Amino acid sequence: MSRIKEFNLPDLGEGLTEGEILAWLVKVGDTIELNQPIVEVETAKAAVEIPAKWAGQVQAIFHPEGTTVEVGTPIIAIDTEPGAGPVESSATDLPTPSAASLAAVEVAPAEGAVEPGLIGGPAPGGRTAVLVGYGPRTTAAKRRPRKGAAPAAAVPAAAVAAPVAPVAAPVAPVPVPAAPVSPVPAVNGNGHLAGPVLAKPPVRKLAKDLGVDLRTLTGSGPLGSITREDVQRAASAPAAAEPLTAGAPATSAASFGADREQRIPVKGVRKLTAENMSRSAFTAPHVTEFLTVDVTRAMKALDRLRDRREWRDVRVSPLLLVAKAVLLAVKRHPMVNSSWAGDEIVVKEYVNLGIAAATERGLIVPNIKDAGRLSLRELADAMTNLVQTAKTGKTSPADMSGGTLTITNVGVFGVDTGTPILPPGESAILAFGAVRELPWVHKGKVKPRLVTTLGLSFDHRIIDGELGSKFLRDIGDFLADPEAALLAWT
Amino acid sequence: MAKGDPGASTRGRRAAPRSRKAATGDPELVQLLTPTGERIESVTGPDGTEYRVDFTDEEYRGLYRDLVLVRKLDAEATALQRQGELGIWASLLGQEAAQVGSGRALRTQDMAFPTYREHGVLYCRGIDPIMPLGLFRGVDQGGWDPNEFKFNMYTIVIGAQTLHATGYAMGVAMDGKTGTDDGEAVIAYFGDGATSQGDVNEAFVWAGVFNSPLVFFCQNNQYAISEPLERQTRIPLYRRAAGFGFPGIRVDGNDVLATYAVTRHALDNARHGQGPSLIEAYTYRMGAHTTSDDPTRYRIASEVEAWQAKDPIARMKAFLEREQIADSDFFAEVDEQARREAIELRERVLAMPNPEPVTMFDHVYPNGSPLLDEQRAQFNKYFDSFEGSTH
Repeated sequence: MSRIKEFNLPDLGEGLTEGEILAWLVKVGDTIELNQPIVEVETAKAAVEIPAKWAGQVQAIFHPEGTTVEVGTPIIAIDTEPGAGPVESSATDLPTPSAASLAAVEVAPAEGAVEPGLIGGPAPGGRTAVLVGYGPRTTAAKRRPRKGAAPAAAVPAAAVAAPVAPVAAPVAPVPVPAAPVSPVPAVNGNGHLAGPVLAKPPVRKLAKDLGVDLRTLTGSGPLGSITREDVQRAASAPAAAEPLTAGAPATSAASFGADREQRIPVKGVRKLTAENMSRSAFTAPHVTEFLTVDVTRAMKALDRLRDRREWRDVRVSPLLLVAKAVLLAVKRHPMVNSSWAGDEIVVKEYVNLGIAAATERGLIVPNIKDAGRLSLRELADAMTNLVQTAKTGKTSPADMSGGTLTITNVGVFGVDTGTPILPPGESAILAFGAVRELPWVHKGKVKPRLVTTLGLSFDHRIIDGELGSKFLRDIGDFLADPEAALLAWT
Repeated sequence: MAKGDPGASTRGRRAAPRSRKAATGDPELVQLLTPTGERIESVTGPDGTEYRVDFTDEEYRGLYRDLVLVRKLDAEATALQRQGELGIWASLLGQEAAQVGSGRALRTQDMAFPTYREHGVLYCRGIDPIMPLGLFRGVDQGGWDPNEFKFNMYTIVIGAQTLHATGYAMGVAMDGKTGTDDGEAVIAYFGDGATSQGDVNEAFVWAGVFNSPLVFFCQNNQYAISEPLERQTRIPLYRRAAGFGFPGIRVDGNDVLATYAVTRHALDNARHGQGPSLIEAYTYRMGAHTTSDDPTRYRIASEVEAWQAKDPIARMKAFLEREQIADSDFFAEVDEQARREAIELRERVLAMPNPEPVTMFDHVYPNGSPLLDEQRAQFNKYFDSFEGSTH
């Protein structure tokens, strides 16, 4: 057995097919212990840490953070005898690929038509064809067709890999219009039927009956498996497949095709955001109202706050005042802090105040738990904390769940306001626009004043226009004159 | 192992400074060891029962060893699942004391009906800890003999085993095996979520009406997968028993001593023909429900931290240290034993053979059946027809 061992991404939770690498906890060259956490992986069910299966030294890491990896794909190689001298990389040291060949796979372009290349020889796209291993895109092993059998759609790409069979040689996707090849983990599992090709038992039987060598076929089924139709096609019309290869990539002048489109996989935060937005937009009837407010007084109040000794180290932003305004207005109109639960409306006595944040991983909405009970100072600290946690990507799912009402600060992007979509389960969201110096009628004269526009979207099933308007009005009144509002309301 | 006899002795060499009256109000629970490792000598339950334990130093150390080993083996199994070597694993992390305390309270003749999380009880019954791993690896059906070890097979269906236990306990009574000091008792394990199942409520009814020698042992770990306790019940679970006509009591499930005392008492009542009772072991599942879910999505970190401070092993260690029952050499030796046994468990799991597909016919009927034999033959023939079949 080889001393370099590859660890394949396992199915972490009953029937999962893929996982996203969130964070590597080790790097190449690190010495690791058995069961030491090495990587954090997020699946559709959970984000979990995977403990090392072997002690040793990290030889290679095959997928960077942020990539989605299919179950069964190697993610890390560990040298289990790091003290035993340099690793031989001769072909006999297989089945594990050397780090160098893996690195070649790593930089290989994921897309594009690559003609069959000989192992070790140059291949199109600037990559080197590798002997054994797993690239981002691989197909099942293909061998030279058996004499008399159909050439079919298969291209004999890795015939010279025979000495190391049954480990499949990776080749780039071969563009065969009639038989699209899906990426497939090259090595089958440990099943009793495990062979170099994937096919269901009845298909194998059919192949046997018709005298078709499954290994000569390219599968068109899921994961590149060979289907009944593939077998029948190969058995009936050897020549029928010819035009398929001939009809391959026709370079034409067409310039509005796939070559000029970029495809970004929808996953992680983007996927979640999309689901939430669609769900909310099509289940909760939204209305949005706007209010433009002179916030000159409030900005002056903020300046005075910053000047106070005990507030010197506190981050004081206009958003803080908006948050305070919202919390005070909720106290006056508790119904806005509620959610629609089918046959009843749940009015919450606590406010978990969501603050929408743009992060490198996308839009996230962490919330401040029980924000209504916090003093202004505590609220300021909580907001600073929340933003920093979000920026460093450490926001936990718990921080993001249970929000009851949200503020989105679109003003930081320099726009005036928006018509925000409700986070699912919430019934109001406030957009806070940019604060601009504008000509404004103040005490009968046009003066330059600091003005902002608020946009409030609310769930019209729960909140009527009157209630929504009063709530927005109160927020506006507070921002126009915080001191007076405080005196009047509290 | 531990042979303390609650309620019988006042020898109490390690006489703790105080006794207290417990469990008149809801939040009260029987506790003999506080989270900081302080020993309470005895607690009087709501019905006047005095709960106490009287262990030798050796027995105290034995309980500690059990707790540590059970936790370590469980952690190894969790790691094996993360490494793709087990299909799934239901961790008992946090519930060690509830399982070891009740498991050690069982006597040889007593029969236990577990869920799929009772690895600690299984260990106490003397079953090789490798046994359940074959089940979770999908290579066997869980290979122990329930009659030999008096520990039924793991039951995956939530709450179903309470009915099996009730039937078994009714049988024990009908066989006239109760009513003496050496009578037989039965214990049924289940969780807080199972109390919402019809099966469990039916079991309560039958066991109550037939006065069965059965202890319902509910490990209330606060979550039915993601559903919190307050969505399961409006009253404390142990109080449900009153409605079915038998006693219920709540014990600190993170306190191995109290769990032992309360379970031993309930089992003795059962074996003497006094009928069933319900024990609610109040505890917390520190990990996920199984390796397939993410607890951070449904509970907050501060709650987990609060329970971390009530850890069953830490308090036992603090007690052993304070009373000078064990020294650092002992703790190191236990840790080393746990490490060794975990590695051994890992190696044995990795060496488990994959079963031949045809073995699925093996354990359907004890003596086979003509129909099954025919199916087996057909399957073999079908299997041989595959191209490249090595069968």
